[in-house]
Amino acid sequence: MIKAVMVMNTQGKSRLAKFYEYLSVEKQQELIRGVFSVLCSRAENVSNFIDAESIFGQDSRLVYKHFATLYFVFVFDSSENELAVLDLIQDVLPSVFVETLDKCFQNVCELDIVFNYSKIHTILDEMVFGGQVVETSSSEIMKAVEEISKLEAASNAISLIPKSASGWRSR
Amino acid sequence: MNPFSSGTRLRDMIRAIRACKTAAEERAVVRKECAAIRAAINENDQDYRHRNLAKLMFIHMLGYPTHFGQMECLKLIASTGFPEKRIGYLGLMLLLDERQEVLMLVTNSLKQDLNHSNQYIVGLALCALGNISSAEMARDLAPDVERLLQFRDPNIRKKAALCSIRIIKKVPDLAENFMHPASSLLKEKHHGVLITGVQLCTDLCKVSSEALEYFRENCIEGLVKTLRDIANSPYSPEYDIAGITDPFLHIRLLKLLRILGQGDAGASDCMTDILAQVASRTESNKNAGNAILYECVETIMSIEDNGGLRVLAINILGRFLSNRDNNIRYVGLNMLMKAIMVDAKAVQRHRATILECVKDSDASIQKRALELVYLLVNESNVKPLTKELIEYLEVSNQEFKGDITAKICSLVEKFSPAKIWYIDQMLKVLSEAGNFVKDEVWHALIIVISNASDLHGYTVRALYRVFQASTEQESLVRVAVWCVGEYGDMLVNNVGMLDIEEPITVTESDAVDAMEVAIKCQRLGLTTKAMALIALFKLSSRFPSCSERIKDIIVQNKRSLVLELQQRSIEFSCILQKHHNIRSALVERMPILDEATFTGRKAGSLPTAVSASSIIPCNLPNGIAKPAAAPIGDLLDLSSDDAPPAPVSSGGDFLQDLLGVDLSPASAPSGTSQSPKTGTDVLLDLLSIGTLPPVQSSSSAIDILSSSHDNKAPVANLNGLASHSSLSANATSPASSAGMMDLLNGTGAITQKHEENGPAYPSLVAYESSTLRMTFNFSKQPGNPQTTFIQATFTNLSPNVYNGFLFQAAVPKFLQLHLDPASSNTLPASGNGSITQCLKVTNTQHGKLTLTWDGIYVGFLGLGLL
Repeated sequence: MIKAVMVMNTQGKSRLAKFYEYLSVEKQQELIRGVFSVLCSRAENVSNFIDAESIFGQDSRLVYKHFATLYFVFVFDSSENELAVLDLIQDVLPSVFVETLDKCFQNVCELDIVFNYSKIHTILDEMVFGGQVVETSSSEIMKAVEEISKLEAASNAISLIPKSASGWRSR
Repeated sequence: MNPFSSGTRLRDMIRAIRACKTAAEERAVVRKECAAIRAAINENDQDYRHRNLAKLMFIHMLGYPTHFGQMECLKLIASTGFPEKRIGYLGLMLLLDERQEVLMLVTNSLKQDLNHSNQYIVGLALCALGNISSAEMARDLAPDVERLLQFRDPNIRKKAALCSIRIIKKVPDLAENFMHPASSLLKEKHHGVLITGVQLCTDLCKVSSEALEYFRENCIEGLVKTLRDIANSPYSPEYDIAGITDPFLHIRLLKLLRILGQGDAGASDCMTDILAQVASRTESNKNAGNAILYECVETIMSIEDNGGLRVLAINILGRFLSNRDNNIRYVGLNMLMKAIMVDAKAVQRHRATILECVKDSDASIQKRALELVYLLVNESNVKPLTKELIEYLEVSNQEFKGDITAKICSLVEKFSPAKIWYIDQMLKVLSEAGNFVKDEVWHALIIVISNASDLHGYTVRALYRVFQASTEQESLVRVAVWCVGEYGDMLVNNVGMLDIEEPITVTESDAVDAMEVAIKCQRLGLTTKAMALIALFKLSSRFPSCSERIKDIIVQNKRSLVLELQQRSIEFSCILQKHHNIRSALVERMPILDEATFTGRKAGSLPTAVSASSIIPCNLPNGIAKPAAAPIGDLLDLSSDDAPPAPVSSGGDFLQDLLGVDLSPASAPSGTSQSPKTGTDVLLDLLSIGTLPPVQSSSSAIDILSSSHDNKAPVANLNGLASHSSLSANATSPASSAGMMDLLNGTGAITQKHEENGPAYPSLVAYESSTLRMTFNFSKQPGNPQTTFIQATFTNLSPNVYNGFLFQAAVPKFLQLHLDPASSNTLPASGNGSITQCLKVTNTQHGKLTLTWDGIYVGFLGLGLL
């Protein structure tokens, strides 16, 4: 079972944090800091796996991947295959993000994630469901997210909430 | 227009937060936002509710409290619009948890949404349920989820399957309801549904043995067929990762097969063919392929015995170890660690590759490989493996040296085929990484050397050689110094020459030179220098030709700024000059050290005792100390007139006579002693006395250890008590405070409160042992509450008379102490009479007077107790 998915930047700022076991806000922040302190001291060219038992307790493993200014971190227990989770992070996740955020993932992913975090949550929910991987095909995930976007847009068109004319792409 | 945008103000807030330069600024922005959101909540603002909640989720991610938004989630979920529901469910999953009672209120909304006509809303509800469902909710909503397992849309079916996992984990009783729907999911053609169905079956097997049996009987063949189909299926771009068809489904299937095959020979039989096919045909040049192989290996190792498959599996792991990708090597080592329990022989075949991994550039791989090598070592391969590891030790980086040294030492100790081999290997390790070696390790080496009497000459010559080459590694220097001190004559005379040795010519003065180097070298620590001093002292009788030079060196150290060295030098030079008659007895070679005692101590919870006894560990049969075993005793005041007739052959008796102190409790070491460092003098430490008053017998708390600092500074103690039996003179000089019994060592504290106006104070047994009792009576003069009078009464409980009894006390700066002369300095034996002495303590600070016992020393000539 996947225990947590985190995205943080190289300064240690949390960009996305989803815990599949309940933890208080304080505990969540403590774990994020703990993970970051381990990650930022990792050398280049070492394995992507970290023994996370000191941070998350018994039977915890951590897989991370460093993209540009972001760390993608999955924490999970022994019922998951480390190499498969790594594939999830390095193959499925990027292609989904690249396609759905319509940006080059390598370059601007951090700002995209900051300003679209509720969309990121939707993507993640289509991929990991209650700590289990629900879909591994990026095209399937994208299809689902697109459908939800359409639905959202249709409702928003008739909603009373004012929208800025500057659009969502402006920074 | 971005459908996910929740209006400009959310973006503005994110921008404002991002623009903050300090944490304080950020807190201020968040506080302002939270206040505005609270106000909006109070006004029951509907238009901005979902935007506010979106903001709250962002604030939550930053780590601020957001509990006030919980009810807003429920309101949004209950609303009709999709965007509101979406944000509501997102907030529900992030801000709430199953333990909150608010959650009970959402059950109804969830039930409605699970039956909603819009499948995306059903999806949202399932997702929320799968993430936060409590046991009650699981019970209430299980029928709805069960129904959704047959929903027309596959996206809902797969979510319902995973939601069922949460339900059966919360309420395992419900497992049987899901057994049949789950097995029908295994026949699904849709990839997503199939993968979640397999996952559901796996979890059902974990919570219910009934389900496990059911799937074993009904599903194995279907699963094997599915696995074969995807293994043989041609390229399908949709689920392809790096050219491998659907690795995730492969892995899920292998996992389920593992659970079904575990402990069931029949089931295991059914799957061997396909496992062999997957293990041998999967391409291993990509991460995805290796992920499948890795899972397959784990399944092969877990299912019922099949030798051929296991060898195949372990060979796959062996190939992992030579993969260029760090991740593959990492998991390979992890799995080999498990495999070694199953088939150690097969793992042994990959020893060479594993050894290569010890030299990996990735520290976490190094660490794992080293652990694996450690598990691989046995009597038959210890020699080549140790050789490899020691060779690697020379080139390994500093951080790793500690780890690898500890492992080598432990291996060498555990599997050593012969003592000479052990000594050789330890010398290699010490000369390579002696600074990383723990104290216990070189202590153990000394004991082994001591026990190998035929190797004494060989060892001391070998040590002398490496010592000549370098003094960088301190623990090597210590062992060398100890051996030269003990076996110096063998070094010079080439006694016990082995065939393999090269002859070496060392003169007596060469050996003394070496010891002098050790004493004078700036880099080396106090313990080493003290050991070298003792070694010199021992050599003084072994090398008559050098005795003048040795005396000179010792005399030089009389001026040492290090108190320990200074004191020893004074004592030793005193012996050298005036006590030729006892010298030879004092510097005799140590008796063979008892391995059993040492290992017993090492295993016990007395690490301090080990370190204290490390330099010259010896036996203490019945508390009789052997002076020859410990030449570093505090020998002083021997010049005084009433010193006992000194030359005695039996040191034990000598001591007994000299002290009149019953040493037998010394064989029962206390458990609470704290040795500050490895001391080189000898003390009986009596401590572990709890709080006073009254002090009960402390004799059980005698420990053998020395604390060189304590005994050098009697002034540091509030109450230092010296009873020098047979010894009269200068008990106040620092040197004479040696050989004291540290009784309380700061742990025993009397907290005697002196109220300002308290008219009467109970008398107090301040200290009592089998040899001495000390009682304090307190009084105060009316009108002068700051001054306390203490009348101390000392009673000798031992059968021997104490001569030259002296009581010392010291106080912190804010107190003034006046000591009246004692009524006598001779304390009659067996309680026949006592000495009284008055103390006047003036407290310059108002308030209570707290007396803390730092220590009581009962001095005696401690010799050879360690």
